[in-house]
Amino acid sequence: MSEQHQQPRVAVHKFSSCDGCQLAFLNLGEDLLALTERLDIVFFAEAGMMNESAEVDIAFVEGSISTAKDAQRIRNIREHSRYLITIGACATAGGLQALRNLAKSDDWVQAIYTNPEHIDTLDKVSPVREHVHVDFELWGCPINKNQLIALVNSLSLGVLPFEETDKLCMQCKRQQHACVMVTKGSPCMGPLTRSGCGALCPAFGRDCYGCYGPAENTNASALGQRFDGVGLLSTQISNRYLSIYSNEQAFACTGQGWNEES
Amino acid sequence: MSDQRNISIHVPVLARVEGEGALDLHIKDGLIEDLKLTIFEPPRLFEKFLEKRETDQVIDMVARICGICPVAYQMTAVHAFEHLFETEVSPWIRDMRRAFYCGEWLQSHSLHIHLLAAPDFLGFNSVTEMATRHAAEVRRGLRLQTLGNDLIALFGARSVHPVGARTGGFYHAPDVDSVNKILARLQDAREDASALLSWTASLPLPDDHQDFISVSLHHEHEYPMNAGRIVSSAGLDIDACEYNDHFREFQIAHSTALYSLLHEQVYLVGPLARMNLNHECLPQEILAQLNDLKIRFPSDNMFHSIIARAAEICLVIDEAIRLLENYTLPQQPSVAWKPRAGIATAATEAPRGLLWHRYSLDEQGLVRDAQIVPPTSQNQARIEQDIKQSLQAFGLNHDEDALRLHAETVIRNYDPCISCATHFLRLNVQRD
Repeated sequence: MSEQHQQPRVAVHKFSSCDGCQLAFLNLGEDLLALTERLDIVFFAEAGMMNESAEVDIAFVEGSISTAKDAQRIRNIREHSRYLITIGACATAGGLQALRNLAKSDDWVQAIYTNPEHIDTLDKVSPVREHVHVDFELWGCPINKNQLIALVNSLSLGVLPFEETDKLCMQCKRQQHACVMVTKGSPCMGPLTRSGCGALCPAFGRDCYGCYGPAENTNASALGQRFDGVGLLSTQISNRYLSIYSNEQAFACTGQGWNEES
Repeated sequence: MSDQRNISIHVPVLARVEGEGALDLHIKDGLIEDLKLTIFEPPRLFEKFLEKRETDQVIDMVARICGICPVAYQMTAVHAFEHLFETEVSPWIRDMRRAFYCGEWLQSHSLHIHLLAAPDFLGFNSVTEMATRHAAEVRRGLRLQTLGNDLIALFGARSVHPVGARTGGFYHAPDVDSVNKILARLQDAREDASALLSWTASLPLPDDHQDFISVSLHHEHEYPMNAGRIVSSAGLDIDACEYNDHFREFQIAHSTALYSLLHEQVYLVGPLARMNLNHECLPQEILAQLNDLKIRFPSDNMFHSIIARAAEICLVIDEAIRLLENYTLPQQPSVAWKPRAGIATAATEAPRGLLWHRYSLDEQGLVRDAQIVPPTSQNQARIEQDIKQSLQAFGLNHDEDALRLHAETVIRNYDPCISCATHFLRLNVQRD
């Protein structure tokens, strides 16, 4: 029994999301059984562990906050967790559904709220960090199992992992892929995007669409000009910025600028 | 005094379903007075986000409706667009799309059988508990799931939100060596799949017969996946573009998902419905095994869904082997296409049932508006109907824990994907 207590106690919580980042656990295959020998998973609704209010060492949070109940629930989770880790674009940055924050039409927003007793929805979709302190954020739509395992390994040693903030371009160059922007004129988001995915899109000969979010020190407006140079319409440029990370300042300003031009 | 009890059962968070749902059940004087399957996943309004987007971006975005069946969303969108654009894809593209989709069925079905459904029938709360007593079966299931994920990644670089699909085909053709490695693993896995099918047939499944209408695609040459007409066990036979003439979606206050009816009747989509309508398209070997196991389709026992899933796992492994066996690199992994204005519709078979998309596109190929009907909203009314019938058959005199577990088992049997089930709530405002 004492060994049981030495294992880190873990919870996996879900808010508004597609469930894809939880799959970084459930898609581990046989490694999932190895992981459950190292971790004591006490709450993970999709996997059937249901002790939601237990004190835990690590709380993984998927999904963005979009209802008053969500906002209360994330505060409770924070109170019961030593480390709170967001997994994926929704929890970390709001995700695709944060596009709702840009909706101009009051008519349709109000139409959704006509039954507030049934559909409890906040005005804005927000990332977890706008509600509670977050110890570490795993970026990506979706995150991958390498990020997850590196994080679990670091926390087992009592330290937070190294945060990947470099640009995808660097990873892509190290893997020696032909630059899709130079060779094909494809509107690649690599110069702005955080690395970590493994440069999957350039490896497939297509442009990166930014699913790992903004890297550090980005120059989003210059890349927007470059997209204009390769012949994209204003709407197309705006669409590239206002997608999974429309709620992140680094992408939002440029995206909104081109949106107004369209 | 009546000895009949008044019971209220509230299950605030459903375990082992994808997404967020809850169930409220009220029994009064020995009868079910009220039963509500509540979907409280906040509306994610996907259909609105797709407006003004290009088709290739739509393919990347709709994947995000569901982390467990992104390929289904991508394939349905791409078929809709190409149908409108009259894009003729090569046989290579058609075959590889089916192989790609096989990966998703394999992954999703393996996950559902082992992680979500089977623990119910064997009396465990989770797969990790089940693994303590059924280690070999759980490991076999996780291996099949991993193989499905790797087959998706062969064409999509990753299994969740893959990046390989585009209008006109794929961005990338896998090399022969990578294909051969997966092929060898598929050939090895075929025996595991047969063993899994026998195992599901040996589970202590409830014997609960119900009357329901099955709906799925049907294709004259193959078990339906990417293509076919929409048929039902009540004689429906329509093209995907006629969907809105026969099916009606509507909103119920207690759920953020829409409900759907066919000719005002509740219906079933998913593996059991598919198997009921298409079992004659299965390869002889699978039919023979089902025969040996004394499992007959069509079946009216809803709990045969898990067996249908296992049979489909055998099928997709056979199919993927057939499609990849003589693999050669294509000249181009995609064909050229030209946008045009109009209505684009398509239906495909997601692992958990019929998925229907409709887009209105402008002359540049940008989306004007979109309508997406996922399988879970189509099954929602059927699930509620089933819980009522199943609990009556099970016996309302059972204690509350037993009733709760039975109701949950019924729900999980549908593999409801509640994240997908929520989409934009269309509202009719009536003013006096």
